[in-house]
Amino acid sequence: MLLSQYLKYQTERNLYLGQNFSRHLVQKNITPEEVISIHKVALEEIQELGMTDTMIISLDFLTEFMIQYGLALREHKILVEQQESMNHEIELAAKVQNTMLRTKKPELDGVDIDFLSVPAGKMNGDYVYFQDDDSDFVGIGVADVVGKGIPAALCMSMVKNGLDTLGQASISPAYALDVLNRIVEKSVEDNMFISMFYGRYDNEESVFTYASAGHEPALYYCAREEKFYDLDESKGLLLGILPDVHYMESSIKLAKNDMIIIMTDGVTECRTENERFLSRQELIDMIYNVKDETPGDLAHSVFKALEKFQAFHQRDDFTLAVIKKVQ
Amino acid sequence: MDVSSVSILTEWDIVAARQMGRSEAKTIGFGAVDQARITTAISELARNIYLYAEQGSVTIGRFEKDGKVGIRVIAEDQGPGIGDVQLVLQDGYSSSYGLGAGLPGVKRLMDEFDIQTEVGEGTKITIVKWLS
Repeated sequence: MLLSQYLKYQTERNLYLGQNFSRHLVQKNITPEEVISIHKVALEEIQELGMTDTMIISLDFLTEFMIQYGLALREHKILVEQQESMNHEIELAAKVQNTMLRTKKPELDGVDIDFLSVPAGKMNGDYVYFQDDDSDFVGIGVADVVGKGIPAALCMSMVKNGLDTLGQASISPAYALDVLNRIVEKSVEDNMFISMFYGRYDNEESVFTYASAGHEPALYYCAREEKFYDLDESKGLLLGILPDVHYMESSIKLAKNDMIIIMTDGVTECRTENERFLSRQELIDMIYNVKDETPGDLAHSVFKALEKFQAFHQRDDFTLAVIKKVQ
Repeated sequence: MDVSSVSILTEWDIVAARQMGRSEAKTIGFGAVDQARITTAISELARNIYLYAEQGSVTIGRFEKDGKVGIRVIAEDQGPGIGDVQLVLQDGYSSSYGLGAGLPGVKRLMDEFDIQTEVGEGTKITIVKWLS
């Protein structure tokens, strides 16, 4: 019907109707070879055309030709469906991860502690952990699995369990990393590494003690001098490389309004659209501009600034944690 | 029930198997599109024998069951067999290696599909399409 109309009147309207019909056929999973067969039958029915045998035979050839296309189309549809269900599964896994690794920021008089962690994909390979009890101590661990996405995220549950077994907020940071290193070394594949910064704040003495397993140096902000310093004195191997590693720790005394800022490489290795890396000074300037905000707002503001710096294309998981002495 | 068989040794035997399948399908009463589908399925199976098992046979015949009429094709070889059947039946496996529609395609072109295979002993694939 549509075809005979078009053969009589070659109008755009008839083509439009034809295309509407084809959309309908696609929805109903009608294969290309069937479409040609429908076409062929229609041609044969329109007597006045005087179809020659050669033309009819050529359509048979085309039918044969289209079968592989039909199969490819069908397969494509199935693969798209599979992809959708896989995405759905990943979303569920991300939810499970969020519940499992949920971190509650600690409450301690005189200090304000907060953090922000934003994954690049659906699942986060960065992790912030707080060791908090009724003592005057609070422990904070910031870990980053080398790599990102699902494997990194799965690895994090192990780090969390390891940290849970440590139990006390007063535990020494170097000891915490020693223990975690043993756990990670035993349980993960050789090609998976975790960097981690572990710090402990002693509220009674206002002393921050820290150790690092190949992690980005944290920043110390001295309010009196209005200056930032890298906390890079205690450097150690990434977790999981060697079985028996002993980490070193260092301490620093905090005064009022001093801050410790712990980050992952999703912060320090930001790049612009043109592949230019963020310099340490640029990062420090960004933080300096918002240094008077509360730790939560500060983390958020730095995230916003870096989002812009990267032209809104975040490539790695972002994590920034702030400890600020407020009294 | 009359059946005919072609042994697959060279690439031209694939053509012979197609020929036989198409004429049998026509005799049974399949329409042009289904003839082309059945032929394509036979072609894929015969090609698998030619490529992976080096030799085997394709047997084609009219098939009746529970009052239904159709065509049945059995492709048999004593080749290396298939280790991971699930994998070769997975969509995207064979097409992503540039091998064409593969077994999922064959399955889709036909109404019934059965595979028996043992590593080192060979493969037997039986496919049926019913006249509807």
